[in-house]
Amino acid sequence: MGILEVKGVNKRFGGLQALGDVNLSVRENTVHAIIGPNGAGKSTLLNCLVGKLIPDSGSVMFDGQSVLGRKPHEINQMGISRVFQTPEIFADLSVLENVMIPCFARRDGAFRLHAYETVRKEADIREQAEAMLADVNMLDKRNMIASSLSRGDKRRLEMAMCLVQSPKLLLLDEPTAGMARADTNNTIDLLKEIKAKRDITMCIIEHDMHVVFSLAERITVLAQGTPLVEETPENIKGHPKVREAYLGEAQV
Amino acid sequence: MLGLERKDTLLMFAVAFITLLAPIILNPFPAGSALAQFNAGYPDLMQRFVIFGIFAIGFNILFGLTGYLSFGHAAFLGIGSYSAVWMFKLLSMNVIPAILLSIIMAGLFALVIGFVSLRRSGIYFSILTLAFAQMSYNLAYSVLTPVTNGETGLQLTLSDPRILDGASSGGLPVTSLFGAEMRDTTTLYVGPWTWDFSVGYYFCALLMLIAFYLSVRIFRSPFGMMLRAVKSNQQRMNYTGLNSRPYTLAAFVISGMYAGLAGGLLAAMDPLAGADRMQWTASGEVVLMTILGGAGTLIGPVLGAGFIKYFENIFSKINDGILHQWFAFMPDGLENFMVTVIHPFIGKGWHLTLGIMFMLVVIFLPGGLVEGAQRTGRLFRRRDRNADHVESDAARQRAAAE
Repeated sequence: MGILEVKGVNKRFGGLQALGDVNLSVRENTVHAIIGPNGAGKSTLLNCLVGKLIPDSGSVMFDGQSVLGRKPHEINQMGISRVFQTPEIFADLSVLENVMIPCFARRDGAFRLHAYETVRKEADIREQAEAMLADVNMLDKRNMIASSLSRGDKRRLEMAMCLVQSPKLLLLDEPTAGMARADTNNTIDLLKEIKAKRDITMCIIEHDMHVVFSLAERITVLAQGTPLVEETPENIKGHPKVREAYLGEAQV
Repeated sequence: MLGLERKDTLLMFAVAFITLLAPIILNPFPAGSALAQFNAGYPDLMQRFVIFGIFAIGFNILFGLTGYLSFGHAAFLGIGSYSAVWMFKLLSMNVIPAILLSIIMAGLFALVIGFVSLRRSGIYFSILTLAFAQMSYNLAYSVLTPVTNGETGLQLTLSDPRILDGASSGGLPVTSLFGAEMRDTTTLYVGPWTWDFSVGYYFCALLMLIAFYLSVRIFRSPFGMMLRAVKSNQQRMNYTGLNSRPYTLAAFVISGMYAGLAGGLLAAMDPLAGADRMQWTASGEVVLMTILGGAGTLIGPVLGAGFIKYFENIFSKINDGILHQWFAFMPDGLENFMVTVIHPFIGKGWHLTLGIMFMLVVIFLPGGLVEGAQRTGRLFRRRDRNADHVESDAARQRAAAE
C-alpha cells in the first residue's frame, strides 16, 4: 500500500479523454517519476492530485484519506507540497519572508487573524526559516527581494518553501523544463541532496530522461492518458512498449 | 516602544507631533497677510485632513497590502455617516455611541459586500464593488427615503427622541463628548498669528493616531505578511496551505470599518448625512489619495489625503481678483496674459491642477509622494554613504594587514 494511491481515475475534456483509467501507487520514501510524451496526461494527472482538477471518476487516496473535492490549501495541509514548472514564489517579498510564510501556514493552519502580533517577535518561525535557508545554501541571500534572484536560486527557494513544511509528499512538475544543462545538473544535485538528508516521498513529472534516470527509483510511463508500465529505471530502458510509445518517436 | 520597531516608533511620534501641532504648523502665515489664504489651520479643514486620512489609511490596508482595488469604499463612508446621525437622533448627542455604531454597521456591510465581491479578483472585483456602491447610493437617494431622508439628507430635528439626553430646550443640540462640545474652539493670538484649537479636531486627530497605530501593527504582523502574499502570488499561497479568501475578506472588513469610522466622524463634526457621500466620485477620491501618497506605504495615504483636501479647499478659493493682485506689479498686458493663462487651473479648475499633479506623480514617482520624499532623502545622504564605504573598506584592509 503506497502513500499515494490513484485508482481508476478518468478525466475528460469535451471529446478528449485526457486520463483513462489511471492506476498509480507511490510508495513511501521513494522517488517516483511519471514520464510520457507530450499530451500524455501527466499534468492533468498532477492537477487531479493537488485539487486543481476533479476527476470524473476514480479515487485518489493520500495517506489513507481521499483528496477528491478538497481545495488546494486543504490538500497542502494534508502534507502534499508542489513545485511548479516555473518557480512560483512571492516575488515582491524577501527571501526570508518567502520561507516564513509556509512556516506560519504549518503552525497556524489555513487562516488565522494574527493582526496584532509582530513578525519580528516570532523567533521560532524565523529560526526555522533561517535553518531551512542554510540547508539550501541561501542564508546569505535572505534579505534579497525574491524577484531579483537568479532562476536557479528561485527554484532553490521554491524547494525550500516546500521542504520547510516537512511534506509527506513532494510533487515536482517538470522541475528542469527550459533549463540549460548546467542548471539541470544543479537541480538534480539539489534533489539528491534533499533526498539524502531526509525521509521524503517525491513524485516527479519529467520530460528529460537524464533527470528521470538520475533520480527515480520507480517510473510510470503514461501514454494517451493511460499508464503503460510501472517499473524500475533499468527495466524501463529496454522495455518494448515504452520504446514504441515514447522513445520510438525519436527514431522515426 | 509601543511594540513597534525603532523606525516605526519614530514615524509614529513624528505623525503624532505634526497632528497635535497642526493648528500651528498649518497656519504659517499671519492672519490678514496676503498669503493668509494658503493657511489651512482652521478646524473645518483640519478635521477633513484627519478624517480622510483615516479613510485612506483603511483603504490602504486593502489596496496597498492585498492589491484588491475597491471602487466602492465610499459606500461604507456613507453607511457610517447615516448610522451616526441615527444615533444622534435616537439615543444621544454623545459621539461615542454614534461612532461605535458607524464602525459596526460599516463592518457588517463590508462583510456582505466583501463576501460576494471577493469571489472575483482584478477588474471584476473593482466593478463588483463599484456596482454595490452605486446600488447603495441609489438606495439611499430614493428607495430608502424613510431611513435616509432621500435627497434632502438625514438631519437632526427638534422632535427627535434622543432617549438619553431628554428633551432639548431651544435650538438644535450639538454633538459632544461627555459635555465637551465638538465645535468648541479656543483661539490663541500670538503676535500677528491666530491659532484655532478645536475640540472636534483633537478628537478626530486622536482617533486618527489610534487608527494609524493599528495600521502600523497590521503592516508588521504575520497577518499583514499574508496580505502581501495575496498580492504577490495567490497561486503559491493556496499551494502553501493558506486559504487566501478569509485573509482578503478580513482585510476588506477592516478597511470597511476604517471607512465607517471616517463616515461617523464626518457626521460627528457636522450631524448631517447625504447620499452624495456614497457616490462613485467619493470612492474614486480615496483611490487617488492612496495612490498619490503612495499605496502600500504607511504614511502615504495620510499625505495623499492631506494633499487632495488642501487642493480642494485652498486652490479652489483662488479667483481672478486674487490673481490680479499677485500680478499687479507687471505691465497691464502681461498681467492680463498671466491671469488668463493661470485662470483654468484655479477656482473651479482646481481639478485640472490636481489631475496634472496626479499624472506627474504616477509617471515620475510610481511610489507616490513617499517615494518622492525617499528620493530626496537619498540625494542628501548619498555622500555620507559613500564615505561609509571608504571607511569600512579601510577597516577591512587594516584587519587583513594585521
